[in-house]
Amino acid sequence: MSDQAHVHGERDLAPGEEEQHSVGERILGYVVGLALALLLTATSFFIAGTDLVWQPSIPVALIVLAIAQMGVHLVFFLHITTGPDNTNNVLALAFGLLVVFLVVGGTVWIMSNLNANMPPMDQIMMRQ
Amino acid sequence: MSMTATAGRAHADPHHIGVVVEHPGPASKRIVTAYGFWVFLLSDIVMFSCFFAAYAVLHGQTAGGPRGAEIFEQRNVAIETVCLLLSSFTCGMASIAADVRNRFWFYLGMTVTCVLGLIFLAIEFREFADLIARGYGPTRSAFLSSFFSLVGCHGLHVSAGVLWLLTMMAQVFAKGFRADVLRRMMCFALFWHALDIIWVGVFSVVYLLGSAA
Repeated sequence: MSDQAHVHGERDLAPGEEEQHSVGERILGYVVGLALALLLTATSFFIAGTDLVWQPSIPVALIVLAIAQMGVHLVFFLHITTGPDNTNNVLALAFGLLVVFLVVGGTVWIMSNLNANMPPMDQIMMRQ
Repeated sequence: MSMTATAGRAHADPHHIGVVVEHPGPASKRIVTAYGFWVFLLSDIVMFSCFFAAYAVLHGQTAGGPRGAEIFEQRNVAIETVCLLLSSFTCGMASIAADVRNRFWFYLGMTVTCVLGLIFLAIEFREFADLIARGYGPTRSAFLSSFFSLVGCHGLHVSAGVLWLLTMMAQVFAKGFRADVLRRMMCFALFWHALDIIWVGVFSVVYLLGSAA
C-alpha cells in the first residue's frame, strides 16, 4: 500500500471536474447531455402550446420538465455526481437548494395568504 | 480509477466509515478555487430565487396593462433557449480542449460560445426595446417590473459572461495554458453552465407558464 495510491483513493473532485476519462468519453458525456437537454426543452415547448393533454396538468408538467432538465445540466455539464469524491459539492448544492425552496416556497405561501385576506382595493379607498 | 489495493478498499468503504483516515493534507489549489466559486454560484442562484419569488407573487398584478400571454413570443424564446444550450455544449468542448492544451479547438469552441451568447443577447435586447417602444416598460405594472428585473438580471449575467469569455481567450493567447489560467477557465465554464441552468427556470416559469396561465 504505497502513499501514492492512498492519496489517489481519497482525492476529492472540484465542481465541474470529472474523474479520469479519455477525451472521447468526455465529449460523449457532453453529447448525451445536450441530446437529453434538447429533448426536454422541445417537450416543454410542445406541452406549453398543445391541446392534446389535460390543460390543468400543463403547469405541473412544465415544472417537472424544468427540474429534470436542471438535473441533466448538473450531471452532464457540471459533473455533480453522487460519488464519494463529490460529497462536498453535493452538500453545498443541497444547502443552496434548501435556501432556494425556503425563499420561493415561503414567499409564495405567505403572499398568497395575505392576498386572500386583503379586502379589494376599492373597499380600502372607500374607508378613508 | 486505477484498481490498486487501496482503491479497492475505498470502493468497499466509499464514505470512509470506520476507517482511520490519514489526512492527505490540504486540497490542491484547483479544488479550493473551484469549490469557492461553486459556493459563489449557489449564492447567485439564491439571489435569483428572490427574483423568481417576486415574479411568482407579482405576475398577476398587471394594473390594466398587458398580461404575459399577450407580450411573449414563443418563437424568440425557443431560439434563445437553443442558443444558450448549444453555447453550454461548445463551452464544455472548449474546456476539454483547454485540459488537453489544444489551442485550435479551444479558440474555436470559445468563439462559437461567444457568438451564440451574443445572438442570445441581441434577441433579448430587441425584445426589451420592442416592449418599451410599445409603452410596456418596467414602469407600466408590477408584473412588468418583476419581469424586466428577473430576465434583465439574467441578461446582465450573460453579458458579464461574454466579457469574461473574451478575457479568457486573450489570457490564453498571451500567457498560454498556465495553471492559473486553467483555473480561471474552469470557473468560467462553471459560471456559463450555471447561467444555462437559471435560463431553464426562466423560460419554464416566466415564458411558458406565463403564456399558459
